[in-house]
Amino acid sequence: MFENLQEKLQRAFKNLRGQGTISEENITEALREIRLALLESDVNLNVTKDLIEHIREKAIGQQVATALSPTEQVIKIIHGELVELLGRDTARFKFASQPPSVILMAGLQGSGKTTTTGKLAQWLKKGGHRPMLVSVDVYRPAAREQLAVVAKSIGTQLYTGNIGADEAGTPLVLRLAKEAKRDAANFGCDILLVDTAGRLGIDEELMGEMSELKKLLNPSEILFVADAMTGQDAVNSAKAFHDRLGITGVVLTKMDGDARGGAALSIRQVTGAPVKFIGTGEKPDAFEPFHPDRIVSRIMGLGDIATLLERAEEKLDRGKAEAFAKKALAGDGFSLEDFRDQLRQIKKLGSMQSILKMLPSVGPFQGLQAAAGQVDESQFTRVEAIINSMTAKERLNHEIISGSRRKRIAAGSGTSVQEVNNLLRQYAQMRKMFKGMGAGGGKMQRRLMSQMGNMGRFGR
Amino acid sequence: MAIQTLFGSLKDDEPRKPEQEEEALETSRGFFSRMKQAVTRTRENLSAQLDQALSFTRTVDESDLEDLEAILLTADIGLSTTTEIIDRLRERAKREGIESGAALKDLLKQEIKSILDDVQRVVRPPATPPEVILMVGVNGTGKTTTSGKLAAFFQSQNRSTLLCAADTFRAAAIEQLEVWSQRSGVPIVKTRQGGDPSAALFDALDAAKKRETQVVLVDTAGRLHTKAGLMAELDKMRRIAQKFVAGAPHQVFLVIDATTGQNGLQQARLFTESAGVTGIVLTKLDGTAKGGIVVAIAHELKLPVVFCGIGEKMEDLLQFDSAAFVEGLFS
Repeated sequence: MFENLQEKLQRAFKNLRGQGTISEENITEALREIRLALLESDVNLNVTKDLIEHIREKAIGQQVATALSPTEQVIKIIHGELVELLGRDTARFKFASQPPSVILMAGLQGSGKTTTTGKLAQWLKKGGHRPMLVSVDVYRPAAREQLAVVAKSIGTQLYTGNIGADEAGTPLVLRLAKEAKRDAANFGCDILLVDTAGRLGIDEELMGEMSELKKLLNPSEILFVADAMTGQDAVNSAKAFHDRLGITGVVLTKMDGDARGGAALSIRQVTGAPVKFIGTGEKPDAFEPFHPDRIVSRIMGLGDIATLLERAEEKLDRGKAEAFAKKALAGDGFSLEDFRDQLRQIKKLGSMQSILKMLPSVGPFQGLQAAAGQVDESQFTRVEAIINSMTAKERLNHEIISGSRRKRIAAGSGTSVQEVNNLLRQYAQMRKMFKGMGAGGGKMQRRLMSQMGNMGRFGR
Repeated sequence: MAIQTLFGSLKDDEPRKPEQEEEALETSRGFFSRMKQAVTRTRENLSAQLDQALSFTRTVDESDLEDLEAILLTADIGLSTTTEIIDRLRERAKREGIESGAALKDLLKQEIKSILDDVQRVVRPPATPPEVILMVGVNGTGKTTTSGKLAAFFQSQNRSTLLCAADTFRAAAIEQLEVWSQRSGVPIVKTRQGGDPSAALFDALDAAKKRETQVVLVDTAGRLHTKAGLMAELDKMRRIAQKFVAGAPHQVFLVIDATTGQNGLQQARLFTESAGVTGIVLTKLDGTAKGGIVVAIAHELKLPVVFCGIGEKMEDLLQFDSAAFVEGLFS
């Protein structure tokens, strides 16, 4: 959904990751990248500006947390800002105390109101409700027929009404709406979904009609249906509808395309109304509640890294991790003892599978998420058992571990000599690799994340 | 001088009959003022911003350019095209010693207009009719409405027209086009909902040949450009048209909604790959949306804007006029 923004931010963060500390200068660079990414994602210009300022303010002059690098902290800040903007919780649906609850669907032409009305009805039906549909779009050719077809396909009540010789206009719209509400009550339908004609926010006459509909029906929800592909104008139309009607929620449609969906941020910012649902396809059930947290993580390509970072901050000893990295990179390299320490630290974070799944899906971690399914958790326990069965001397100097010692270790840990051999071979390789990185002076991926990537390899 | 015609701008030296030319100019002027009216209404904001940005300036400084950049970005022209336009503007302003805000504004207009004009091309009806025009685009941009209006337009140009309802997917799309057919008196060939769009196309082409119809307008189902299967269906329709009528489809119009943001570029790119888009129809220009994405599309993909939609009535379709578009943006 948000892949493009995802890539861009990832790139911006990559540059940020190379740096040891946050300075006014290097954060400006990253913020510029983020600005570009947001604009290219159709986030409104002013919203982008606000967002960037907030991020800058929060990033500069913040205490460096113990378990996080400064760059990881910036990521966390941006994540927080975006979640804040979109609203923290999945919005709930309101119902009237006196049925039927009326849900008014509003939006521009072609945003997907009729399709969404059908999907919402289907979703409500699954939740045990008895929705009734009515279309008061007496203007667009075949609009009412379209809803009738949709209603039939999902097997929902529909109020058709009789247009007779009435002219297309507000009186007819209001009459149909009134009749439908009465009909819904008569049929024991607890929800009436009112599909309206698409209209422009600047169309005085039709916006007036919308206000009258609201007055007449007293809806418990007024949903603004917006196309995920909308550009900068999203703020104008959303504001026009909100000022006039007081929308209670937003449905973002066509999210199955490659639109970057920045409109979601814009609309939320100018109306304060939460995005409640997203449309993700052409079928009636391609419709789901909106989860700001998940979407933001998708925007940033961060997996659920926020949770991971929170856990890391809580559980890990940054000093120990750095000492390990130093040791691994220089001189004698890290010992099996150090290795076991690391293993134990990581286990504190949770299962390897859950950790891998929280990692970003792009950048250096590409493919790791997919690999999560193949990780054998018991491997880690076995590796630790093998190391536990070694003597302190063996752990500090792996070269003394001869054939007979291997036999003893295998027996002690309940594994096989082959497994002990594997571990020792992999350990030697890894140690060499780390030392090589240190000697090359290259940008050793000292980060916790990449360590875990390597550990993952170790377990096999 | 160049005359805006149905299929782009024709230079004076193009062979045309004088009466026709005069008539074209006349209509062009009528359209010009209507289009200007349509776009100006929604551009007041933009224009006020611009004046504010420029009125107090004596020399072109970076903050002016930054303000102009913001205005172009707000119009959905997009970052990369905007940056290029602004860079070019800076260069030219320096080279030509332009200092006043008004002159800078003129220069900016010229830049944008030339981007739009450079990609206009002359398209003539094929020697042997019918001319087949395929309407494509993502869901909800206004393909059916535009097809209905276009049919009426061709009819008014004394070209016999046939509508083909090839959107067999969306509920009631066929009924919708039928209403347009009744309104304009343009005949329609259809199949049932859920039917094979290629079959409808085949029937329409067959009928057009028999009746010696000059234009066949094919309304296709909206589809997201990311759905490979649906895009392949368009390719299939192209091949069928080609097999049955030499050189068909002669034109493929991508219908883009003026509210579309940066995703419009990707739409244009992928629809061109599968369906061979030849021009853009920009719809819903009567709202507050600016439709600036067509500037980016012209700039990056060299696709011209051919028509624009400014309302829901049959006559609310205008031949695209870059001067009016740009004038509307900046006046």
